[in-house]
Amino acid sequence: MDFRLGPKSDAFRAEVRDFLDEHLDDETIERAHRTGTNHDQEFHRAIGRQGWLAATWPAEYGGQERDPFEMTALRDELRLAGAPTDGMGLSVIVCQTIRRVATEEQKADFLPRALAGEICMSLGYSEPDSGSDVASIKTTAVRDGDEWVINGQKMFTTLAHVADYVFLLARTNHDVPKHKGLTMFLVPLDSPGIEIHPVHTVGGERTNATFYTDVRVSDHYRIGEVDRGWDVMTVALTFERGGFGLSEADRVWEQAVAWAESTRRPDGTRVIDDPYVRERLAVMRTNNEVARLLAYRTSFVAATGGMPGVEGSMHKLFYAESMTADAAELVDMLGAEGVLQRGDGEAPVDGWVEHLFRHAAVTTIYGGTSEMQRSIIAERGLGLPRSGR
Amino acid sequence: MDLNLTDEQHEVVSAVRSFLADRCPTDVVRASEPDGYDAVLWSAFCELAGPTIGVPEKLGGGGASLLDLELVCEQIGSVLAPVPFVEAAVACRALAASGDPGTRALDRLLAEPATVATFAPRRAAGGTATLLPFGPVARVAVAMDGDELVVVDGDADGAVRANLGSSSLADRDLRGAGRTVLADGDIARAGFGLALDEWRTLTSGALVGLGGAALDIGVEYAKNRVQFGAPIGSYQSIARDLADAATLVDGARLLAREAAWARTEDEEQFAPLASMAFGFATRAARRAANVALHVHGGYGFTLEYDIQLYYRRAQAWPLRLGDPRRGAAELADALFGPVEAR
Repeated sequence: MDFRLGPKSDAFRAEVRDFLDEHLDDETIERAHRTGTNHDQEFHRAIGRQGWLAATWPAEYGGQERDPFEMTALRDELRLAGAPTDGMGLSVIVCQTIRRVATEEQKADFLPRALAGEICMSLGYSEPDSGSDVASIKTTAVRDGDEWVINGQKMFTTLAHVADYVFLLARTNHDVPKHKGLTMFLVPLDSPGIEIHPVHTVGGERTNATFYTDVRVSDHYRIGEVDRGWDVMTVALTFERGGFGLSEADRVWEQAVAWAESTRRPDGTRVIDDPYVRERLAVMRTNNEVARLLAYRTSFVAATGGMPGVEGSMHKLFYAESMTADAAELVDMLGAEGVLQRGDGEAPVDGWVEHLFRHAAVTTIYGGTSEMQRSIIAERGLGLPRSGR
Repeated sequence: MDLNLTDEQHEVVSAVRSFLADRCPTDVVRASEPDGYDAVLWSAFCELAGPTIGVPEKLGGGGASLLDLELVCEQIGSVLAPVPFVEAAVACRALAASGDPGTRALDRLLAEPATVATFAPRRAAGGTATLLPFGPVARVAVAMDGDELVVVDGDADGAVRANLGSSSLADRDLRGAGRTVLADGDIARAGFGLALDEWRTLTSGALVGLGGAALDIGVEYAKNRVQFGAPIGSYQSIARDLADAATLVDGARLLAREAAWARTEDEEQFAPLASMAFGFATRAARRAANVALHVHGGYGFTLEYDIQLYYRRAQAWPLRLGDPRRGAAELADALFGPVEAR
C-alpha cells in the first residue's frame, strides 16, 4: 500500500500552486464571496488556457491525459486556495458528456471553446416540482421542422446569469414511462424567450430560476438521441460524483487553527489552549482525514479502471454530513462572537467559520442528496433489497 | 497511491482468515467467556502467525511491518478471537526496541511464541498495572511504571475481573521479582509513546474488523427478516442506518491502514494518525454494533444471537486505554502541541 498520491501528482500540485499564486488574487476570491457567484470568467479563461479544463482528456482533443491522482491534486489546491470553481466544475461535466454522446459536428462546435474557457456551462435539470425525482420534469420540447420549441421552468440553474449555455433536460414524449420520454439540449442562454431570475441562498451563493417561453433552438442543439436524455444525464452524473479530494472543510480548519494559535483571550491564554476548542478541532481534523481518504479512494478506483459508484457515494455522504456537523461545532466553539460575519472587523477567523456553517447545508443536498447516496450504498454496496422509496 | 495489498499480504490475510473461520466460530468465543482467553486457540494461532512476526528479522523475528500486523488484527477483531495478539505484538516490538535489557524476555518469546506477553496501554499507578489486558494469563508484561519502562517476567497472577467485554483483565504487580527496567526518563517516555501508538493502531485494526463483521451480521438479518410483508432491509430507516455505519467502517479501515503504513513511511504523521485512527475506529465499531443489534429487534437483546458479543466488545475494547474523549485531547496535543504553561 502507498497512501501518497505520488511524484507525478506532487509535481503537478507544485505547478498548480505556482499558477494560483500568479492568477488568483484576494480580490477575485472576495468578489466571488460578495456576489455569491462562484465563478470568475477571467480566472476560468486562465484555467482553460492552462489546458486544465481538459486535463484528463486524450491528446486528440488537446488534452493532457492526466491521471485521477493528478486531478485530485488539482482539485485539492483549488479548494485550499478558495478559488471560484463552479464554472469549471459545471463545464467539465457538460463537456465530458458531450465528448461521449454528441456528434462530431457538435463536438467541433462546442468543445474547443468550452475547454479553452471561452464559454461557460450551467445545468438545467431541477424544476420547482422535480428535485431528486428528476425524471418527473415537466419542461417540454416540441419538434417544429428542424427546430425544437422549449417551454417550462428550471430551478437552481446556478451560473445561468453568467454562463453561455444551459444543459437542459426536457420532456419530448408523454406516451412512455417517465424516464423514456426525455431529451437533452444545450440551449444558448441568449436565446429569445429565456428569463433569468436570481435566487439567493442561505450560504450566500446566488443561484437562479430560469423560465423558457417558446424558446426555439435548431436540432443542432440536441445532445444525444431523442427520448434518450435519461442516459445522457446518467453519463453526466457520473462525472458530478467522481474524483474529489480536499474540501472547504480542510481550508476552514486550517484557517481556524491558525486563528486559534495566534489569538489570545483577555486573560492572556491562547484560544488553542481551551480544551473545548482543541478537542473540537481535533475531532474535525479526524473527520477531514477520513473524508480525504474516502475521496482519494474514489480516485484510486478510477485510476485502476473501476467505476467508483458506491465509493463515490460514501465520500459524498460522509464529507457533506460531517462538514455540516463540524461547521456547527466550530461556530459554537467561537462562542458569542461565532455569529459575527465577514466584514465585521472582529469576526473570528475572518467570518469563514460562520460562512462555512451557512454553506455546508447545501452540500448534503446538491449533486445527489444524502438520502440518495444512502440508497446507493444500501442497495449497490450492501445488497439490501430495493426500497419502496 | 496504491490501496491494494501486496500478494504476500493477501496470502497472510487469507491464511489467517481461513484459520479463524475454522477454529474460532462464535461458540469458541462464547466458551472463552468470562475469562476472555483461549489457550488452545492461541497456541495454534502462534504456529500460523505468532506475535514475534513483528520483530525485526535481525533479532530473530519475522520482520513484519506494522501494516502487516494491522491486517492480521482486522481478522482477529472480525471473529472476536480471544487471543492476546495485539498486546503481545506490541510488547515484542517494545522489547526489541529496548536493546540489551529486553533481550532475555524477547529470547523467551522467540523460543516459545505462545508464551503470553502483554502490554499495558495505561500507565501503572503505584507499581500496579490495573486492569491489564491478558493480565490473568500473561507471563511477560511491558508497562510504564512512573518514569520507567519495565518488563516483568514471571508467573501470571491476579484474578479475572468481571467486565462488560468479557476481556481477560487483571491487576499486575510490577515491583516484584522478575522486573527489568528497559529504559527510564525521556527515553522511556518516548519508547512507551511509540508502543502506545502501535497499540492504538493495532486496536484500531481489531475494532475495524469487529465493526465490519457486526455490520455484515446486521445486513444479513435485515435481508432475511420479513415484517409487514417485506424484508426489513427494504425499509429506508433501516437501510439508512446500515449505510451510515458501512461508510464509517470503510473510513475507519482506510484510516487504520494509513496509520499503520505511516509508522515506517511517514513517521512524522504516525502519532497523530494513530490517535485519529483509534478515535474513529472506536466511533465506527460502536455505531456498527449498535445499529446491527438494533435491526435484530428484540432478538438482538437476547444472549442467543451473536450480535450481543460484538456490541459489548465494541464498547469495552477502547476502554482498555480509557475514556475516548480523553483521546481527543491527546490527539489535540499531537496536532497542536501541549497547552502553554501559565
